[in-house]
Amino acid sequence: MTATTTSARSELSELGRSETALRTFLHGLPGVDQVGAEQRAAQLGTRSIKTTAKAQAIDLAIRMVDLTTLEGADTPGKVRALAAKALRPDPADPSCPHVGAVCVYPAMVPYVAEVLRGSGVHLASVATAFPSGQAPLEIKLADTRAAVAAGADEIDMVINRGAFLAGRYKEVYDEIVATKEASGDAHLKVILETGELATYDNVRRASWLAMLAGGDFIKTSTGKVPVAATMPVTLVMLEAVRDFRAATGRQVGVKPAGGIKTTKDAIKYLVMVNETVGPDWLDPDWFRFGASSLLNDLLMQRTKLTTGTYSGPDYFTLD
Amino acid sequence: MSERVAVRKTYKLFIGGKFPRSESGRSYLVQSSNVSLASRKDARDAVVAARAAVKGWAGATAYNRGQILYRAAEMLEGRREQFVALGIPGDEVDAAVDRWVWYAGWADKLAQVYGGANPVAGPYFNISAPEPTGVVAVVAPERPALLGLVSVIAPAIVTGNTVVVAASPSEPLAAVTLAEVLATSDLPGGVVNILTGAITETAPTLAAHMDVNAIDLTGVTDASLATDLEVKAAENLKRVLRPASGAADWFADPGLARMTALLETKTVWHPKGV
Repeated sequence: MTATTTSARSELSELGRSETALRTFLHGLPGVDQVGAEQRAAQLGTRSIKTTAKAQAIDLAIRMVDLTTLEGADTPGKVRALAAKALRPDPADPSCPHVGAVCVYPAMVPYVAEVLRGSGVHLASVATAFPSGQAPLEIKLADTRAAVAAGADEIDMVINRGAFLAGRYKEVYDEIVATKEASGDAHLKVILETGELATYDNVRRASWLAMLAGGDFIKTSTGKVPVAATMPVTLVMLEAVRDFRAATGRQVGVKPAGGIKTTKDAIKYLVMVNETVGPDWLDPDWFRFGASSLLNDLLMQRTKLTTGTYSGPDYFTLD
Repeated sequence: MSERVAVRKTYKLFIGGKFPRSESGRSYLVQSSNVSLASRKDARDAVVAARAAVKGWAGATAYNRGQILYRAAEMLEGRREQFVALGIPGDEVDAAVDRWVWYAGWADKLAQVYGGANPVAGPYFNISAPEPTGVVAVVAPERPALLGLVSVIAPAIVTGNTVVVAASPSEPLAAVTLAEVLATSDLPGGVVNILTGAITETAPTLAAHMDVNAIDLTGVTDASLATDLEVKAAENLKRVLRPASGAADWFADPGLARMTALLETKTVWHPKGV
C-alpha cells in the first residue's frame, strides 16, 4: 500500500469500474489484527496529558467538535440556539474558540445558515435518508441537493449497509460517487456505521471503498445504533486514511461520532491521531468529533484550567 | 500446618457506592492501618457521583428515604463490636445508632413541621414545602469519630441532599467502616461519599467547586481556614453552615437546625376549585 507511482494511482481510480475489480481489491486488503488493534488503542488511552498540553488539546478538541442535534424534536428555535452556542461556546470567555461545525437534519439547515453565515463555522447536514440509508437512490440524491441548496457546506451521508454487507460493493461505490456529485462543492463525509459492520476487516474495506469513491471524510457512526465510535474502530480508520494518502497522495479526514462524552475520551482520540497519522491530521479540517454533550465537558475542563476551580453543568447550556 | 496469616484491610475511599483507592495512589498510616489520602481529583469525582445521585435520592418518597436510613441504623447496630474494636466507646456507638434512627424518623415528618399553607387574600391556595438543596460538602468533626460523623451526615441526607464528606483526618477508620454500613443498607450509590485524608487538601476544592450547593464547616477548627473556605463558597452562593464557636456537646438533643439549614423553601400557589 506504499506504492505512490502514477500507475498505482490510476489503477485505484479504475477499480470502481467493475464489481469484480472492487471485490478483488477490497478482499485483498490485509486483515485487521483484532487483538493487536484493541491493545494498541487501549495503550494509547493511557497517556497522561497535563497542564499546557491539556489546555492546547482542549482548545483543539473544541475547534474539532461538530456540534450535533439529530432529534425528531428539533425545532428552529433549538437549532438556532445550538448555532449560537457553536459561535461562542463559552460566552464568559472570549478567548474560547468556536467549534468546527454544526450538524443538523436538512430541514433545519436554513435556520442554522442564518446564524452561521460568514462566521467560519461550517454547516453540516446529514442526508441520504439518514440514519438507515434505506431509501431509493433518487430520494437520497434529492435529499442531498436540498441540503446543499439550503446552505450546507458539508454533507454527512450514510453508506448503504444492506448492499455493503451483501457484498454489492459496486452499488455502494456508485451511490457515494453519485452523492459526491450531488453535493457539488460541499465536503462529503461518508458515515460507515461501524456498529453495523460487525468486523474490523469490514471497517477497513468500507473505509477504502468510501475513499476510492471520493469521500472527503470517513465518519464512524450515525449515533443512532447502540455501538457508536470506539477507539479501535477509529484506529483502523486512521490507518486506512494514512495508507490511502501513501497510495494516492490524497488526504482524507476522519470523524468519530457518538459516545464520546468526556474531555478525557477526546484527548485519548487526539493522542491516537497524533501517534497513528501524525500532526497533519491534528486540525479541524482533517479530524472532527461528532458530539453534543462533549462540548460542555470540554468547556468545564477549560474553565477549570483557566480559573482553577471545578465548574458545574449549571453554568453551561443544555442541548 | 503453617500458621494462618491474617488478611489486613486497606481503608479506602467511598465514592459513588464503590471503594476506590485514591486516584493519587497515596495513603497514610492510622492505628497501623493504611488509609487512602484523598486528592482534589478524588473530591471532584465524589462531587460528580453526588450530583448524579441527587435526582434519584431527592425524587424518592420521604417514606422510602426514612426506611433506607432506618435500615442503615440496623446495619450500624449489627456492627457494634467492630466499631468498639476500632476504639469507639460503646455508649458512643449506641448514641450514633439512636441518632440515626431519630433522623430517619424525621424523613416523612419534616415537611409537615417545616412547610405549610400560607394565608393569602385571594382565590388560591399558597403552599410552602421544604426541598433539598442538592450536593452538600461536609467537613466532619474531628471527634467524636462516629457520633460526630453520623450527626452531620444523617441530617443532610434525610431531606434528600447528597453529601461529600471530608472525614476526620485523625480518626478515619470509623468513617470508612460507616461507609461499609451504608454500602450494605440500600442507600443508592453516590448519596454519601466519604473522603479520608487532609482537610486542607479536599475542603478548599469542595468549597470552590461550582457544582456544590452547600458546605457544612462543622469540623473546621482553624479560624483562618474557615474564613478562606467561606470566601471560596461565596463564589456560587453556597449555603454555609459555620463551625460552632465553643465545644459542641454531640450527645445533646440535636434539634432541627442541621436539617433545616440545608433546605430550600419551594412556595407554590394553586387555584381553588369552582
